[in-house]
Amino acid sequence: MLYLLRRALAAIPVMLVVAVFVFLLLRLTPGDPAAILAGDMATPEQLERIRTSLGLNEPLTVQFFGWMGDLLRGDFGTSLISGKPVLDLVADRMWPTIWIALITITLSVIIAVPMGVVAAWKHKTWIDHIVMTFSVLGFSIPVFVIGYLLIKLFALDLKWLPVQGYVAPSKDIAGFAARSVLPALTLASIYIALIARMTRASLLDVLGEDYVRTARAKGLTEKRVLFRHALRNAAVPVMTVIGTGFALLISGVVVTESVFNIPGLGRLTVDSIFARDYPVIQALILLTSGIYVLVNLLIDLSYSLLDPRIRY
Amino acid sequence: MTAIWKGLTVATALSLSTALPALAETTITAVMHSGLRVIDPVITTAHITRDNAFMVFDTLVALNSDFEVTPQMADFELSDDGLTYTFTLRDGLKWHDGGDVTPADCIASIKRWMQRDGGGQMIADKMQSLEATGPNSFALTLTEPFPYTLEAMAKVSSLALFMMPERLANTPADQAITELVGSGPFKFMADEFQPGVKVVYEKFDDYVPSDGPQSWFSGAKVVNVDRVEWVTMPDAQTTINALMNGEIDFMEAVPVDLLPILDGMPDIDNAVLSPLGSVAVGRMNFKYPPFDDIKVRQAALAAMSQIDTLTALIGNPDYFKVCGAIFGCDTPLEFADGSEDLTAGGNVDKAKALLAESSYDGTPIVLMQPTDVVTLTAQPIVAAQKLREAGFEVDMQPMDWQTLVTRRASQADPAEGGWNMFFTNWIVPEVSNPLANIMLNGRGDNAWFGWPEDPEIEGLLSDYAAATDLDGQKSVAEQIQAHVMDNVNYIHLGQYYSPSAWRSDTLSGVSEAPFPIFWGLEKSVSN
Repeated sequence: MLYLLRRALAAIPVMLVVAVFVFLLLRLTPGDPAAILAGDMATPEQLERIRTSLGLNEPLTVQFFGWMGDLLRGDFGTSLISGKPVLDLVADRMWPTIWIALITITLSVIIAVPMGVVAAWKHKTWIDHIVMTFSVLGFSIPVFVIGYLLIKLFALDLKWLPVQGYVAPSKDIAGFAARSVLPALTLASIYIALIARMTRASLLDVLGEDYVRTARAKGLTEKRVLFRHALRNAAVPVMTVIGTGFALLISGVVVTESVFNIPGLGRLTVDSIFARDYPVIQALILLTSGIYVLVNLLIDLSYSLLDPRIRY
Repeated sequence: MTAIWKGLTVATALSLSTALPALAETTITAVMHSGLRVIDPVITTAHITRDNAFMVFDTLVALNSDFEVTPQMADFELSDDGLTYTFTLRDGLKWHDGGDVTPADCIASIKRWMQRDGGGQMIADKMQSLEATGPNSFALTLTEPFPYTLEAMAKVSSLALFMMPERLANTPADQAITELVGSGPFKFMADEFQPGVKVVYEKFDDYVPSDGPQSWFSGAKVVNVDRVEWVTMPDAQTTINALMNGEIDFMEAVPVDLLPILDGMPDIDNAVLSPLGSVAVGRMNFKYPPFDDIKVRQAALAAMSQIDTLTALIGNPDYFKVCGAIFGCDTPLEFADGSEDLTAGGNVDKAKALLAESSYDGTPIVLMQPTDVVTLTAQPIVAAQKLREAGFEVDMQPMDWQTLVTRRASQADPAEGGWNMFFTNWIVPEVSNPLANIMLNGRGDNAWFGWPEDPEIEGLLSDYAAATDLDGQKSVAEQIQAHVMDNVNYIHLGQYYSPSAWRSDTLSGVSEAPFPIFWGLEKSVSN
């Protein structure tokens, strides 16, 4: 509990540094939201008036402390471009990303961990070679190529699934499921490759340890050695990969979101950067940083569950 | 067990009944050229904002395909002295929130528009009064005749004049309105709006279409569907796949290089719906050497080639036109005087000779190259090559479009963060009229980026504004064309067209217009 509190408190300076860094970085980047908002025909005077109305002519310190003050009150501001509350924009776009990330990671773990286990168990056999070949392919083929191939096969040729889009599960669970399959499979191709490789490598290390030899020497079945003694000890690095993979998925997978037209955080981030929509970018980067801090904490906690020798 | 089974059956039936739409509801799903983010058509010139506004708002007067101004929300009458325009609103006009459209609403809308639009500002400069003359009428009185008045009010390019309720129109012109309540044929569904993702419209049942045949934005705007949804898709290939799979009905802008995928598909039609298309242009910075020297500008113009630029930009010659007319080909003011080198593929020898006569000292010209907008990436690459062939040193600086948009507003020296040249595109209605074409402004620091000081063109623009008939306007327009080619206010790099595609098995009534219109469309209920 004390550890949790300490980690939570340690997150505050991290978030503060991120906030200062992102605020300054955005202001130093060329680009003027007023010019973007006003378009091609605005005169210099009109631009100046719009800049003033957006608060962009205030000194940087005033803008920064104003933003920080609002943040402390839970107000992330409003989008400079659309005029909508930033929290609403982010909340709308967060759920598609979270759902796709959850399905992708679940699918990846269900497929990749057994693949890695089998590959390690049958080390240097044809099964191992097949698993490693799939792993190399999953890593090497660009994600958009896999996406387009899946669309061609399952949507355009077989007509089993829709090409694109997102429907919230609360509105239409069947539509949600149908639209989630292809993007989740596409993204999972990378994570299956990654997790399977990591599981195999980690398990191979553990299978060479003395305590595994001891377990075998005392007559345990190979199945019991593998699942009871080896796999749990091999799980620590695998959990790290799964955790950081999940954080990466949440922080946005722009290409997959574009190929499957999913209105997620990745597209919102890119759109906001192109539009120099400062409050939205700042909120998204803070959110992403928060997720990374949280995921890292959960990963650390999972270590002690998996390996009793690790104590905080 | 029976009870559980019954419960499951009822639950399934209930969930199905909520999941399925009403049987008779028809929805057109369209993918437009861009996602809607800014909803105020007065604060921004973004085309998608204008397109959205034409769905939700209506206009006092409208332009038809013959470039004629026709009554839309209001009939109009000009006094014999040419000074007073009296507008009489059609009976039964209502806002989407149920209120009646009044002269006060229209007056407030016009006043807000006048603060942002160039044409509106010209009218404001000559305005003596704008006031209600009755429960359904109001009058605009000018201090001197200004024949361009109705044309400015009927414009279809950005910053068109839309009528809004007075409470919205009273918003300062430099602040965006936060809700869309119009009197147009479609209601904007604010609850379903997701900026950059989706816009939803419902048919406005109380809309009273005007008389006359529908043509572009004039005539009867009859809505035949219940809903229209604009869905943003960032990837063109995905959009085409969705169209082929029947998930969308209409795609506004099909990249020409992807068009062969759709050619020959039985249930999909494609065509150029915007008959005027767009133009590509290059703009120089008149404040700094070398383009402050007319000889250097003329050398650059002589070096350029429309056919090379358009081939790099579009590729398929069916979708571009070599066109020397700065006001666009197929427009009433189509003249090509002085464009011979441009349309003949450039004249490098002439460019070299002009450059030798000029003050150019070999300093590299800073050419800004946007890398993230497909329709703007090719022009600077071709131009850089052409300029080098003519003897220019070129410093091409890649950047994203938004950085370019900010940097082009800088009047700093090109070596210290300024610039010498950039390229952009306009839809033809934005350049087809001398008073609407912002690149013709010659008022130095108050002119458009590049800031030319050009009293001669200002005089010609005044002559055009004073011309009372088309022949008079044509005569001045031809002089402007010749002047722009000689003085090189900007470089006109030709005209190109963007095809649209739609499901011909479900969608009918698709018609030509400068940008897509959804009234008049019909969709079969089968899907």
